[in-house]
Amino acid sequence: MLTTILIALPFAGALVVWAAPLSREATGGLAFLVALAEVGMWIGSARQFDFGAELPQYATEREWFESVGASYSVGLYGFQFWLVGLTLVVGACAIGYGVWAERERARAYFGLMLFLIGALVGVFAAQDLLLFYVFFEAMLIPIYVLVGVWGGERRMRATLTFVLYTMAGSLAMLASIVALGLSQGTFGLDELGTSENDWIFLGFLVAFAVKAPLLPLHGWLRLAYTEAPPEVGALLSGVVSKAAVVGLVWIVLPHFPGPVEDWREVVLVLAAATLIYGSLLAFRQPDFRGVVAYSSMGQMGLIVLGIFSVNELGLNGAVLHSVSHGLVSAALFLLAAMVETRAGTGVFAALGGMARGRPVLATLVLTVGMFTLAVPGSSNFAGEFTILAGVFEHGWGYAAIGAAAIVLAALYTLRPISAILHERRGSSVREEADDLVGNEAALVVPLVVILLALSVWPAAITERSFPAGGRAAPAAEESP
Amino acid sequence: MIGAATIPTPKVDWLALSPTLALLAVSGIVLLGAVLVPRSFERTFSVAVSFAGFVAAGVAAGIVFDRSADASLLLAESMTRDRFAALAQIVLAAIGAVVVLVSAGDRRRDHVGEYYALLSAAGAGMVFFVSAGNLMTLFLAFEWFSIALYVLCALDTHRRASLEAGLKYLIVGSFGSAFLLFGCALVYGATGELGFNAIRDATGADDPLFITGLALILAGLAFKVSAAPFHMWTPDVYEGAPTPVTAFMAAATKVAALVVTFRLLVTAFPEQDEVWTIAIAVLAVASLLIGNLAALVQRDVKRLLAYSSISNAGFLLIAIAADSELGGQALLYFLVPYSAATIGAFAVIAARERELGRPVDLVGLEGFGWERPLLGVALWVFMLSFAGFPLTGGFLGKFYVFAAIFEAGWWWLVVLGVIATAISIAYYLSLVRALYMRSAELPGSVIAVGGSPPRDRLLDAAVGLAVLVTVGSFFVVQPLVDLARDGVSALPF
Repeated sequence: MLTTILIALPFAGALVVWAAPLSREATGGLAFLVALAEVGMWIGSARQFDFGAELPQYATEREWFESVGASYSVGLYGFQFWLVGLTLVVGACAIGYGVWAERERARAYFGLMLFLIGALVGVFAAQDLLLFYVFFEAMLIPIYVLVGVWGGERRMRATLTFVLYTMAGSLAMLASIVALGLSQGTFGLDELGTSENDWIFLGFLVAFAVKAPLLPLHGWLRLAYTEAPPEVGALLSGVVSKAAVVGLVWIVLPHFPGPVEDWREVVLVLAAATLIYGSLLAFRQPDFRGVVAYSSMGQMGLIVLGIFSVNELGLNGAVLHSVSHGLVSAALFLLAAMVETRAGTGVFAALGGMARGRPVLATLVLTVGMFTLAVPGSSNFAGEFTILAGVFEHGWGYAAIGAAAIVLAALYTLRPISAILHERRGSSVREEADDLVGNEAALVVPLVVILLALSVWPAAITERSFPAGGRAAPAAEESP
Repeated sequence: MIGAATIPTPKVDWLALSPTLALLAVSGIVLLGAVLVPRSFERTFSVAVSFAGFVAAGVAAGIVFDRSADASLLLAESMTRDRFAALAQIVLAAIGAVVVLVSAGDRRRDHVGEYYALLSAAGAGMVFFVSAGNLMTLFLAFEWFSIALYVLCALDTHRRASLEAGLKYLIVGSFGSAFLLFGCALVYGATGELGFNAIRDATGADDPLFITGLALILAGLAFKVSAAPFHMWTPDVYEGAPTPVTAFMAAATKVAALVVTFRLLVTAFPEQDEVWTIAIAVLAVASLLIGNLAALVQRDVKRLLAYSSISNAGFLLIAIAADSELGGQALLYFLVPYSAATIGAFAVIAARERELGRPVDLVGLEGFGWERPLLGVALWVFMLSFAGFPLTGGFLGKFYVFAAIFEAGWWWLVVLGVIATAISIAYYLSLVRALYMRSAELPGSVIAVGGSPPRDRLLDAAVGLAVLVTVGSFFVVQPLVDLARDGVSALPF
């Protein structure tokens, strides 16, 4: 039941926020309250959550479309529980930032943000293939408008490329869903058997490769991530991309063991290429958000590397890294926004010397930066290390590439840190010490605190993600 | 003494006829009212009476549905009484009632009574059309509602576009009728039978005349479905006709024509299904291609929606091409969100038209979403439904159609439909973009003449109802599908 509430509450909140004639402050406050209530419920539910359970927790199943064998079936396995938590925390921070930034047309804006959060929770909690698609697509509706209305100057192009890429992928998946579900007479993820059909597999793969994104389907990424309002960018790169993770882990791997085996090298090569290419591009970007955008692409490549190692190590690492990357990426987008509100630009050439007189900003940028480059001891390091260990079992070459990417991460992370915080004072940076105010810091600090907690205890996630019995990695069982 | 002469008359099933008769009666009453009722009261009277007529027809059809678990033939096998027809009648009556609400705010000065009388008459014709049981009644009903529609299109006599639309529809529509009539004649010539069931059982089905007749009948019906390549009239007529009439044509005509096409093909021509499934699939593919590609370059919103309706005809025809019970269910289900979104979209356009005092193009919609939040969101919902996004019935409709054709083994039509959907998103979203993402303050944009008109409660109610059905059909899909299954089970599978 709880899962249903977690899904329904944001949708209901969206409707109220949109329809109720409240002032801007009241609207934002109400939306933020809903987001916080969600986080509270999620934390409250953690204590009774059975992470090793064979069945989804807090599940609800209702009849919906019996004729084709689809039902409203939601519930959480361990890794989904963590991803939902990521969604809610980042969502609350994003809405909080929206309140602080006093977004125009508040009723529509906060309504859409809540709608997006509801859809995201739905994606992570769906235990029915058709329902998964419903939420997967529903996500697109608010993103389209949020970017198109509140975005930067090139928002029209950004929405167009984003929608074109995503829909091309999603519709391929729809065809696959029709084929898979109808040939088996059910859409329940737990009841669906396996399929050996390469085409059906590819339909799913394309959809998730666009969402992640994997090379060469990343064309939408730069504009969408940087033209979106920063808090929407935080959700996009931090959380929305993780829809690909849940899709690959819970739909592709268990239901297509044969095609996964056949196509594994292709995907691994693409993921490794994404990792290297994204990292290199991140190094070359002239502005803060550009760096974050492409670093996000590189990290998703790493996560896919972990998933397609198809063993417990790689998968657990992928989940841990999904969560820590989501938090890091959201924090970076918010910090980038805070830099931009101060300097009016995120272009490195016009920035510099911001550490002077701004200790809070400097500390936060530096700390989050350290997580990004996966300093040993950080949760990101734990995640990357586990992924590399997992993929090493499959082939040492991939692990070597992944290790090289950590060096690249250091390159692209240190560059913005020095370009923003140090060096000579940039032309756009004002002289007065306009450090982060309490409200701004209060949005980023929780993310950092969670990251620190995960650094201390990464096993919280790596040992609590998948039901025992190796259902997530059936191929791993076969290989000794 | 010669015994009292008794002339044998067929038993008349008044209940089965009641939806048609209710609308016919209303049509007459409204026409009388146009003469007898004082001018100042004429609009209210016509609206109230025709609305009541459509509601009554819907209720009557509901009763017929309830009491017709077994299909039966009436009046010398010229009419069918079954749940399939009754369901279609309910949908048609609901469409008519909502269109009356949309029309009520029209600032039409003359022909008020005639307008509603013709609307009811067209509705009566369609309601009769879907229960046709032989080729004679089929053609009769076809002409009946067509003639009413020709006049309705041309009713705005002060607008050239309206007159042009009426004339175009008349000429092209007559072609369609001629095809249909010739086809009926050929089939009759080959089999010597008129009744659908009798044609199925007749010998002589391998006669080339018979197949030619089937093809001509299909062409005639395809005109009304506005399936490519018989769609040429659609954009011009939809653009020129008064907007509520366009809404009625796009929703009701399509429902009636598709339902009858399906019934005719599976009842009278089951032996020839290898021929006509291919023919229907070709029509569907052509409609998807032409509708979607042409819609991409439209600027006038009514033309854009016209091409969108052609592409939707393609999707609906796929359901027929499946030639199965599942296909019939998909057809009946999909028609519900399709009709709701169509009427709703045209209703919003009508509201904007009345505000601007001129035809609405994409520029004319700029900023509309922020000025009129409810209508804007409604139009957005309708576009999402057309584009097949979740949380609207349009998504499940498309999904169900794909499911039906996949079960029939034609997976390539699924792929084609998916590609068509991808293309369609571009133009549906261009409407949403105009609504929200361009501000009306840009130079060259439009300003409403004389400020915004007083709120039109009836139109708002109609749009609200359309949104409710569009979104509601997503959530309560199974009950609707169960109804559709009851309806389709009346057909011989």
